[in-house]
Amino acid sequence: MVFLFYMLSAIMIICALLVVFSKNPINNVIYLILCFLAMAGHYILLNAQFLAVVHVIVYTGAIMVLFLFVIMLLNLNKAIILRKSTVTRVSAVITGGIFFLVLLAATRQTFEIHAKYPFASDFGLVSGIGKVLFNEFLLPFEMSSILFISAMVGAMMFGKKDV
Amino acid sequence: MVALISSIAWLVPAFPLLGFLITGLAKNRLKNNQAGIIASTLVSFSFITALFLFFSLRSSGQDSVTVTLFNWISAGDLNIPFAFLIDHLSITMMLIVTGVGALIHIYSIGYMHDDERVSSFFAQMNLFTFSMLLLVMGANYLILFIGWEGVGFCSYLLIGFWFKNPAFNYAARKAFVMNRIGDLGFILGIILVFFTFKSVSFTEIFSQAGALQAGAPMITLITILLLVGAVGKSAQIPLYTWLPDAMAGPTPVSALIHAATMVTAGIYMIARSSILYNLAPITLNIMIGLGLATAIFAAVIGLRQNDIKKVLAYSTVSQLGYMFLALGLGAYSSAVFHLTTHAFFKALLFLGAGSIIHAMGGEQDIRKMGGLRKKMPITYLTFLAATLAISGIPPFSGFFSKDLILTKAFENNPLLYILALGGALITCFYMFRLLYLVFFGSQRLSSAHPHESPRVMTIPLIILSVLSVFGGFLNIPELFGGKSDLGEFLHSAITSKVTEELSSSTEIGLIISSLALLGLIILMAYRTYVKRAVLPAADSESLSLFGKVVANKFYIDEVYTLLLEKPFGFLSDFFFNTIEKAVLDPAVDGIGTATSRLGNLVRKLQAGNMSFYLFAMVGGILLFIIFILIV
Amino acid sequence: MKDISSAIQLIPLENYVFLSVALFSIGMMGVLFRRNTIAILMCLELMFNSVNLLLTAFSAYHSDPAGQVFVFFIMIVAAAEVAVGLSIIVMMKRNVDSVDINLLNRLKW
Repeated sequence: MVFLFYMLSAIMIICALLVVFSKNPINNVIYLILCFLAMAGHYILLNAQFLAVVHVIVYTGAIMVLFLFVIMLLNLNKAIILRKSTVTRVSAVITGGIFFLVLLAATRQTFEIHAKYPFASDFGLVSGIGKVLFNEFLLPFEMSSILFISAMVGAMMFGKKDV
Repeated sequence: MVALISSIAWLVPAFPLLGFLITGLAKNRLKNNQAGIIASTLVSFSFITALFLFFSLRSSGQDSVTVTLFNWISAGDLNIPFAFLIDHLSITMMLIVTGVGALIHIYSIGYMHDDERVSSFFAQMNLFTFSMLLLVMGANYLILFIGWEGVGFCSYLLIGFWFKNPAFNYAARKAFVMNRIGDLGFILGIILVFFTFKSVSFTEIFSQAGALQAGAPMITLITILLLVGAVGKSAQIPLYTWLPDAMAGPTPVSALIHAATMVTAGIYMIARSSILYNLAPITLNIMIGLGLATAIFAAVIGLRQNDIKKVLAYSTVSQLGYMFLALGLGAYSSAVFHLTTHAFFKALLFLGAGSIIHAMGGEQDIRKMGGLRKKMPITYLTFLAATLAISGIPPFSGFFSKDLILTKAFENNPLLYILALGGALITCFYMFRLLYLVFFGSQRLSSAHPHESPRVMTIPLIILSVLSVFGGFLNIPELFGGKSDLGEFLHSAITSKVTEELSSSTEIGLIISSLALLGLIILMAYRTYVKRAVLPAADSESLSLFGKVVANKFYIDEVYTLLLEKPFGFLSDFFFNTIEKAVLDPAVDGIGTATSRLGNLVRKLQAGNMSFYLFAMVGGILLFIIFILIV
Repeated sequence: MKDISSAIQLIPLENYVFLSVALFSIGMMGVLFRRNTIAILMCLELMFNSVNLLLTAFSAYHSDPAGQVFVFFIMIVAAAEVAVGLSIIVMMKRNVDSVDINLLNRLKW
């Protein structure tokens, strides 16, 4: 199991790097999908089966397909050379690296991580999440429908030609 | 009774304030005489309220009532309520201010009827009356100071009322600046008072002052500083030059400034602070000197003036000098008595002069008048009454008040008496010169068609002349079987110095000799200006040296210009041409150019480049986290 | 099932923190690195998901389902965000005929 964790992590990081560095948008999307699938594996490892399923459905099934769809629609699949200047790219990499180090330092310094043992085993399932979602978080859940409607209206507004 | 007094006292200043608000705010809607009628009515209401207060106070049996309206300033030790002090002194002043003020307001309806800014005029007059009432009613130095400044400001507005004439504007500015010099002393005096007594309220200060030693340096300093304020306001040497120039305003304004309000403020303030002044013999001696010098000096200048209002102005300065003399002698109630009678006859003189100027179509030069006696009988008779009063002919009011001051002077020092009497004789001479030149002889300006003024102007004249004639009976001395009523009345509010009484035979001798001299002077004036019909020299004619000096008012204005204005102007020039151009301008410009250059540099950061913004954002977050980590 | 839940006890929580910090930094680097707006949007998704992963890990280790509910809500927000973001990109393509972020330089006004 520990091996599984390291393997999934390696896949995720490699795919994420490829998302950043590969030039073709289609390839970007494919790598991102791979990354997300590995993420779903992590969810299962963490005993969050419901999230794993929703993650695959929403991200891989809906969002990434939407990305692909837009790329195809806008005819961006041929590798257009859109690169920033070398200086910018190098500084971006350096900034990312510094950011990583600083965040690591911050997490190490600011708190100690204590895990609670033993784990409850059933809350990651649909029934466990559902109970919490429809009791404590009922109002935010219903409010999110409004968010969706406004996002939908907004997307349509942007999509119209003559506004 | 006391409760009644406290509940209606605020009405006295409230009426003129209301009048100011109405006539000031609605000045474009008021037509013809409406503004004047409103203003006069409200000031009359104020007078009636003051009368009512007077009788209430008498029947209440109390000497003074403090009316606290609200707590005004409260900070640490400093606790100043907005309060009015109604006592015998302030009620006397209130009656003078509102009474004479109301008559002047009514007169102004006629005098100003064809001025285009008549509503503004009445608004400013009402504000003036309001400020003066605040001044005399205030229960502490700070409220007195509000009124003090308000009066100064309104006088600026009113003197410069015809502001289209630059000379009038200059006169208004001069009055303001001169007053400012006095005000500086006054402010410092108030600060020192607070510093010494930890209070500015009259009652508290005066109750504490009894414990102080006479002639203490602190009290001398305080009284001298307050005196500087009074000298500025009441036009004494060396700050008197604004008053003659204040003639630039409309004549009713001159009457208001000279008779009822403004110049009396200094006298009132010193009389109010009599307890402090009694402790400062040095200041009292200074006041005697100042008062006497001003009285004689101004009277001498008055001899050679040819503008009817200027003559009256110098006579005011001179009479104020007498009041200062009385104050300096410690005879505060005599000063207030002279102030009262002076308010009557000087208001009458100014209003009469206004009537004459009105009739002559704006002409103010007495050399061009003459023979008005037949044309304007009412004005003539009232003017004559006022002239007799100011000259001190019994039984007119001026006689009693001036005689009281002269007697006090004699008690102090016979030399003072002789000098003061000399001033009085000069006063008598130039007043009769004025009277004879204006009303006797033949009319010298053929183009004018003098006529008697309308009734709205003559009725105040008649009322004031009655007051001028009989005003002296308020305070008949014991010599004539009276009881010095006003002096006794004021006794509770003013602590006069007790001096040795003269024997009645000496007093009668003094009066008779002075009367004989006065008669001689009147005869002399009559012979010169009526019998021989001597006209004062025209401006172009050459005069003897002394005459020239007097006609030019001893060149005091020129001396001030040379001593103060020129060096100051030079200093200003230096700062403007050298310091400003060499130091200030480059500094200011430098700041400007530096800012715009920096802006030019920083501008490049704001190119609208999204990716740069992203970098900046990430950098900011990074710095923020690092900062938190380190700190 | 028991197998899996007992398995995570072998992995310290720190490892999940490092993993998500790494993913977040990569996403951030991508945002700075790329010029293509669609790729930038994808990098944003990557950052979202690193946060999701961390939330889930804490939720599991603390036996608190609220963390997973938050992940659920973040997914909702992400879905809405992507819908709007992509439509903005479509509009941008239509207007300036490019998806280059350097062309979006109107922010200075």
